[in-house]
Amino acid sequence: MFGWEFPPFSSGGLGTACYGLTRGLTNQGVDITFVLPRIEGALDCDYMRILAAEKGRLKFKTIDAALRPYMTSKAYNDFIRDFGLKGFGGASLYGRELFEEVDRYARAAEAIAEDGDFDVIHCHDWMTYRAGIHARKAAEKMGRKVPLIAHIHSTEFDRTGGHPQGYVYYLEWEGLREADYIVAVSDYTKGMVVRHYSIDPKKIHVIHNAIDYEEKAPAETPKIKEFHKIVLFLGRITIQKGPDHFLRIAKRIAEVDDNVRFIVVGSGDMFRHIVEESANLGIGDKVLFADFLSGKDVERAYRMAHVYVMPSISEPFGLTALEAMKYGTPVVISKQSGVSEVIKNCLVVDFWDVNRMVDRIMAVLKYKELRDTMSMEGVEEIKRFSWREPAKKCLELYRRAMKKKW
Amino acid sequence: MVAVCFYFQVHQPYRLRKYPVFDIGANSDYFNHEKNREIMLKVADKCYLPANRVILDLINEMGEEFRVSYSITGVALEQFREYCPEVLESFQRLVDTGQVELLDETYYHSLSFLYSEREFIEQVKMHRKAMKELFGYKPRVFRNTELIYNNRLASLAEEMGYKGVLAEGADHILGWRSPNFLYKPVTAKRIRLLLKNYRLSDDIAFRFSERSWEGWPLTAEKFANWISKINGNGNCVNLFMDYETFGEHQWESTGIFDFLRRLPAEILKHPDNEFMTPSEVVREFKPVAELDVHNVVSWADVERDLSAWLGNPMQMSAIECLYRLEDSVKESGDEKLLEDWRRLQTADHFYYMCTKWFNDGDVHKYFNVYERPHDSFIAFMNVLNDMGIRLKIHKNWREKNGKEKNNEGKKECEEIFGGRYSRELLLGQ
Repeated sequence: MFGWEFPPFSSGGLGTACYGLTRGLTNQGVDITFVLPRIEGALDCDYMRILAAEKGRLKFKTIDAALRPYMTSKAYNDFIRDFGLKGFGGASLYGRELFEEVDRYARAAEAIAEDGDFDVIHCHDWMTYRAGIHARKAAEKMGRKVPLIAHIHSTEFDRTGGHPQGYVYYLEWEGLREADYIVAVSDYTKGMVVRHYSIDPKKIHVIHNAIDYEEKAPAETPKIKEFHKIVLFLGRITIQKGPDHFLRIAKRIAEVDDNVRFIVVGSGDMFRHIVEESANLGIGDKVLFADFLSGKDVERAYRMAHVYVMPSISEPFGLTALEAMKYGTPVVISKQSGVSEVIKNCLVVDFWDVNRMVDRIMAVLKYKELRDTMSMEGVEEIKRFSWREPAKKCLELYRRAMKKKW
Repeated sequence: MVAVCFYFQVHQPYRLRKYPVFDIGANSDYFNHEKNREIMLKVADKCYLPANRVILDLINEMGEEFRVSYSITGVALEQFREYCPEVLESFQRLVDTGQVELLDETYYHSLSFLYSEREFIEQVKMHRKAMKELFGYKPRVFRNTELIYNNRLASLAEEMGYKGVLAEGADHILGWRSPNFLYKPVTAKRIRLLLKNYRLSDDIAFRFSERSWEGWPLTAEKFANWISKINGNGNCVNLFMDYETFGEHQWESTGIFDFLRRLPAEILKHPDNEFMTPSEVVREFKPVAELDVHNVVSWADVERDLSAWLGNPMQMSAIECLYRLEDSVKESGDEKLLEDWRRLQTADHFYYMCTKWFNDGDVHKYFNVYERPHDSFIAFMNVLNDMGIRLKIHKNWREKNGKEKNNEGKKECEEIFGGRYSRELLLGQ
């Protein structure tokens, strides 16, 4: 399995999804080698300890590469510069730019594949597709036909608000075309793949993400909840997640209710713009920013909110909605999302329909009964989710792929 | 005859910590005590203590002939007391020589003049009181935060009994006129206006160690020579700057202390030169003209305006939200709340939110304790939200118990929020 990130070093849903799926699969007795890019000598972590696999074995391999999740070309250049990754005399071990690095990572994957024994290659999102293709080639050289599965958690169209960067799009398309099977995280995403990449829908299997509910002592609820109604935004602050829509919604609500506070959790390339815009709109004292949070703080953020809003303009899945529900927080989510296909106890609105968004959020804030019902039923609904389901479907797909006549 | 008038500004803000959302309503300790202490000790070591030593030596060596003036903000004084009492003692020793003049300003180094005259006057009175109690001194000249000035400020300062007021000798208010004379504000009767000679002041404050500057290296001889040249077309040269210039903005290794040590003697080599304090300048010279300053000027950046503090929507939003709380903060009768609110008025908080990154941005960046101006805005707004909750608790309490029980409400708030009364400690009330 080729991935970008894995908890606890994860910055988004992809890491969480890989973690859930991997755990589900190992519980079903699958042995997994999880390959990750990592900077040599960077703060390391014993992944093994985090994941006590029950039946199957889980191994981690890292490839020394300067790739980070959700990276863009510019972010790569900044990263290389900030961390002084240029070697002596300006010569660098790492690629001069993002795509060169993705390529270098792919070739390194070939070497990893040569000394491994595996039945399926499973890749998560565009940065790893080429690595998967190379790994399959390596197996072929050794006389083995190994199926390649491309798992798509988000497309470049989702991430850029419909303005894909050509080369990323190309790598996605290449991976999706080359793959023997494709796993899409929702019907919504399957549609995107068929529409924008002209891929045969028969090759695409929808496996929805899930969440594991565990009974745990709840984190304490932040004090501010006693004094204000809290509306939460939690996600990367990028065009995809609709933070600008969130501000428009906040402005409208602030006009009618002075006591509501809007909390924005996350970081991203639109961060500064959104902070400045909140001041511009005259709601600088109403919109509070909590930056990127991790661990227990994420739970506290969900628990602090009276309502969680996910106004994404295009959300392949939207695991945060499940997380919010797990902590008993009512959710209002965009219709342009995968998660809306699988949950019932939520309010669903078109992301662009600010009026209706405002209306739904106000209703949740105003009617305690509605809030309590959504909260309680939501938790019950979440309890029925488990990563066992997607893992089972995934395993079925593996079996089918392995049996396929070549 | 040229009178050299040195005026140094001494100030350290109470910097906020990165106050997180989760603390709102739960923790009303807003300030980064560790950082404030660290910076105070660093600046004391690099600037205040060595510079005061140099000035004291100069006074001892040269006797009556050498004079300087300072204004020290209330928040700097509080932090001296808290973190580094020997700095306060060394200033007291300087004032005891009788050759050092102290100026008044707003206690909290605030922009209150622009937002609330009531608050402004209260803060000036607080500063006056601190001068009396700590130095046994009654200032006669006023300087506003960051030399923010217009006709109205002159009128207010006059009403409060000051004989002189300081301002930036900005080109756009002077036009063809020279800053090297005493002026009279157009709206005032008795008060006089001293204007900063920004070219000569900035030669020391900003360009002293700038190797690409044609004046580099700046020696005491060279500078004294420039001053002497003013003889015949000027009465006074007003050299106003941050005291932190010595040792902090210009490090000791640049030779700034040697420069300071040698400069007075070099200046006095010319028989027509002398040193004066602002109030002596006011007493000695006659104003040459009236100056009409309708729009606000300051000594900051190339614009000499308010854009360093009030130049973007974040800054405007923050300061407007802050001053909107004035009435309810004062009504609450909670001293600790009032003090916190006032500490938030310190201009530095808004300076940290500045997004002008070019040219002056370098200076901004140097002074900024936050990584991004946005971070300081966020911390500030979070703090205001906590303050809003404290006010709400007061209001609820008062509504429940009637106004006469206000004091008990206050006590309850103290119990909830704790905290010391450092201003009372300082002023011995």
